[in-house]
Amino acid sequence: MDTIFALATVRGKAGVSIIRISGADAFTGVRCLLKTDLPQPRQSALRKLYGEDGELIDQALLLAFDKDHSFTGEQTVELHIHGSPAVQTMLLNHLSTLNGFRIADPGEFTRRALENGRLDLSRVEGLADLINAETEAQRKQAMRLFSGELAEKSVLWRTKLIRAAALMQATIDFADEEVPEDVSSEVLGLLRDVISDLDHQVKGYAASERIRSGFEVAIVGRPNVGKSTLLNALARRDAAITSHIPGTTRDIVEVQMDLNGLPVTVIDTAGLRETADEIETIGIDRAKRRASDADLRVFLIDPEDEIQEVTQHADDIVVIGKGDLRPIDGLSVSGKTGAGLNQLIDLIVKALEGRTQGAGLAVRERHRVAVEDTIAKLDSAVLLIQKGEQYTDLSAEELRSAIHSISSIIGIVDVEDILDEVFSSFCLGK
Amino acid sequence: MKQYDVVVIGGGHAGCEAAYASARLGAETLLITMKMSDLGVMSCNPAIGGLGKGHLVREIDAMDGIMGKVADAAGIQFRLLNRRKGPAVQGPRAQADRALYQAAMQKHILGSDHLDVIEGEVIDFQVDKQKVTGVMLRDGSKIAARNTVLTTGTFLRGIIHIGDVSYSGGRMGDEASTKLCERIDSFDLPKGRLKTGTPPRLDSRTINWSELEMQPGDETPTLFSFMSIKPAAKQISCGITHTNEKTHQIIRQNLDKSAMYGGHIEGIGPRYCPSIEDKIVRFADKQSHQIFLEPEGLNNHMIYPNGISTSLPVDIQEAYVRSIKGLENVSIIQPGYAIEYDYIDPRALNGQLRLKDFENLYFAGQINGTTGYEEAAAQGLVAGLNAALSAKGQGPITFMRSDSYIGVMIDDLITRGVTEPYRMFTSRAEFRLSLRADNADQRLTPLAFKLGCVSSKRRKLFDKKMDQINRCVDVLVSSYFTPKEISDHGYKINQDGARRSAFDLLSFPDMDFDFISGLIPSIDRYPSDIQQQVKKDALYANYIERQKRDIEALQRDEAIKIPPSLDYGSIEGLSAELKLKLQKTRPETIAQASKIDGMTPAALTLLLAIIRKYEKRKIA
Repeated sequence: MDTIFALATVRGKAGVSIIRISGADAFTGVRCLLKTDLPQPRQSALRKLYGEDGELIDQALLLAFDKDHSFTGEQTVELHIHGSPAVQTMLLNHLSTLNGFRIADPGEFTRRALENGRLDLSRVEGLADLINAETEAQRKQAMRLFSGELAEKSVLWRTKLIRAAALMQATIDFADEEVPEDVSSEVLGLLRDVISDLDHQVKGYAASERIRSGFEVAIVGRPNVGKSTLLNALARRDAAITSHIPGTTRDIVEVQMDLNGLPVTVIDTAGLRETADEIETIGIDRAKRRASDADLRVFLIDPEDEIQEVTQHADDIVVIGKGDLRPIDGLSVSGKTGAGLNQLIDLIVKALEGRTQGAGLAVRERHRVAVEDTIAKLDSAVLLIQKGEQYTDLSAEELRSAIHSISSIIGIVDVEDILDEVFSSFCLGK
Repeated sequence: MKQYDVVVIGGGHAGCEAAYASARLGAETLLITMKMSDLGVMSCNPAIGGLGKGHLVREIDAMDGIMGKVADAAGIQFRLLNRRKGPAVQGPRAQADRALYQAAMQKHILGSDHLDVIEGEVIDFQVDKQKVTGVMLRDGSKIAARNTVLTTGTFLRGIIHIGDVSYSGGRMGDEASTKLCERIDSFDLPKGRLKTGTPPRLDSRTINWSELEMQPGDETPTLFSFMSIKPAAKQISCGITHTNEKTHQIIRQNLDKSAMYGGHIEGIGPRYCPSIEDKIVRFADKQSHQIFLEPEGLNNHMIYPNGISTSLPVDIQEAYVRSIKGLENVSIIQPGYAIEYDYIDPRALNGQLRLKDFENLYFAGQINGTTGYEEAAAQGLVAGLNAALSAKGQGPITFMRSDSYIGVMIDDLITRGVTEPYRMFTSRAEFRLSLRADNADQRLTPLAFKLGCVSSKRRKLFDKKMDQINRCVDVLVSSYFTPKEISDHGYKINQDGARRSAFDLLSFPDMDFDFISGLIPSIDRYPSDIQQQVKKDALYANYIERQKRDIEALQRDEAIKIPPSLDYGSIEGLSAELKLKLQKTRPETIAQASKIDGMTPAALTLLLAIIRKYEKRKIA
């Protein structure tokens, strides 16, 4: 298998850049760059790196990892070089001339870690989320996944279901022997435990998914109440065009931001009014649709004008716009002066944080599908078990496919696992 | 020199089935047995079938094999296991009279066309490069064979242990063959060591039956063969007794004298059939173990006490047996013993049970690491059919996980090998709901027609049955009823307005033909066995529909063949561990590769890509 290498840090000027090299020939390959030997595994040391013609390329800090003690599970070397584009290019070019060396495909280091059993699938997903995490809530959630919480939970659910399946299979395959005749109460207990855990995950999915991909908050209101000015103030830049002319915003303007650690996309929409302008009408229809799909709506109003064309939900926030022009009681906000802006942000964060409370471990669509599929099959298994012994073959089938579904989160289940459980639990054999 | 298409070595369950299958295909077949008295003998417990095993017997019968017919002729107590559970997990089982069994087997084998039987000891193969071209007997005579099937059970380095006494031999009283053994060693096949045990055989006349609970057979016996109508022999009951604290104490005190616990045995025994020593050590808190007292025949005083196999010395066996209720004065006719033997790692075989590296040589039965008559016979069928097909220049037959327990077993053996004597369980079959004992003929007999290994009598019977089933189902699927019509006839149903066919109604487990005939009186014209079969098919129809997708996915994977010459070492991106495992198993298809322990979806995708590339290169 090839030895792969790549720049582990962003390409371009920086204080330090890191080149990572992984594969069976990592040590021998890097030795070609050195006039002395590699440092001891997991001990850093300064080394001079030379090109083919013996010319000094850079001075770098080297770290070597033995096979089985590295991220990929293969021999790995890290070159901590000076962050110069010229040094980066020269070293990468030089490495690619080495026999059996090639530049890594995207994600290949992680893939090798997966294939060498260093990470399971859910941890790989966690790692991807962690690298992409931009806010504190995303980091926390990704870290839970990466540290293996979902994998551990899945193993636990799977263990319980395998135990339940083993009990049922024992009464089927060893009907003539001394196994307990009625195992249904233990089986039902195990299934219900798992179902209630999984239900919890499904309920938390919406929140987890939002933390991963961001919440949507729509600013809605009549034309010229200051929606775009508010958006710009929240974004701290001129994202939307503002003017005193009603109907300036026609299409939807989105800005992503970090509100107290939460990933939020704020949406500015066309002001809601009756208009003959064809393009503005399309914009208003879009505004209504996006606003109703959003997680939260901020209704920016003119106190004299109460017309609402978008349904208001319980958590939605109503504030009075152009607060600078109207010094009145109640919450008002001014995008122009920033008055009331912090209070508004607090309100938005409070509303959204409430929804992150039940965030579960199932954070991807793939997880949700596996979990819901498992619940559906376990529900039918429970029904069939309660109906009695003559349905054992059917309930066992439901359970078998439930185990298959839950295992897809981490790996594949095997009938030998069930037989192992059977044999360690019962004294079998006439 | 005599020339045969197929030579079968060994006359046990695998050998008989193999020879019979080969001859049915019209291949000139020779069966060589060490002694005529070994042909068709039941060497262990006097029973056929059970859960998973009963399924195998039905499937053998559906291919017009021999075991089902013989077991029906010899059955003296028939019981359908799991009678109260769904039909998919019901397995037919029978106690068999040893003498009747052997007589029926010999009658079929000796009366079969294209099949010769001789007594003799094969001491060597005739080998030409990677080909076995025939066999040599002890008397020096040579027999040429296009294909050879080896079914010699535990003869490879078989050692029998009774306490600290041990001697070499296949079974009690058999001599071990060493020459052939050396020849097989020279093939350098991967091997392992297993062990199994038997209980002491008791004299029925010294058992106090009046004190014991008796277990009769079923009132309406379920037979093995689709051709059989009713049992041929007189029906009897088995006795049930239990070990007790005193029994356990005797065994515990003498554990060091047991061959197994005294360190004389290195082979691995089956977890589902532990010796009584094992049971007492591993499940120390269990105060009593059940024993079935199974008669070995109608005119035979021998009793097989199922549940107390042992390798303790004879005097200890006597002591512990006599501590058991009903056995206080029992005399032992033949002591129990443990046997250790070598098996060939079945991963060296392909789906036809032929050695991957050796043309013309097939292995079947216990030598492949399995246990049980039924598992042996099913392998005999596979090896016999394929040896004959290949001798006749025809393509092979491969049984699939999705069409039979036979397919499940072969696939398990050749892809995962064995770690203990392999026995069939229904839980090994992921498509258990469609692979039922009741529909084995519907699944396999058409396949047997295609091969041409079915008697005309069976063909007529099967065609008639299928014709009735199809006509009955046609009526049922084309008759629709409203929820009101259904509830007016007295069946509680959702009044959802949806019309349901009579076949849909039959998929409700509590629905029966008595009710259906209220709705469709003409349905009574179908005999009750046809109705019962249609009911079973309907019961699982929805689940089978659901499993179809899984089956299709599996069949897709089974259809993707991996080139035998693929060099796993050169594949980039496979872990070293997987490379080793793949190289050892050399899977024939992607489906087999996916079952290798530790296989990941990523690695499978990689394999697929490589195969595609390989095929393109071959075309170019």
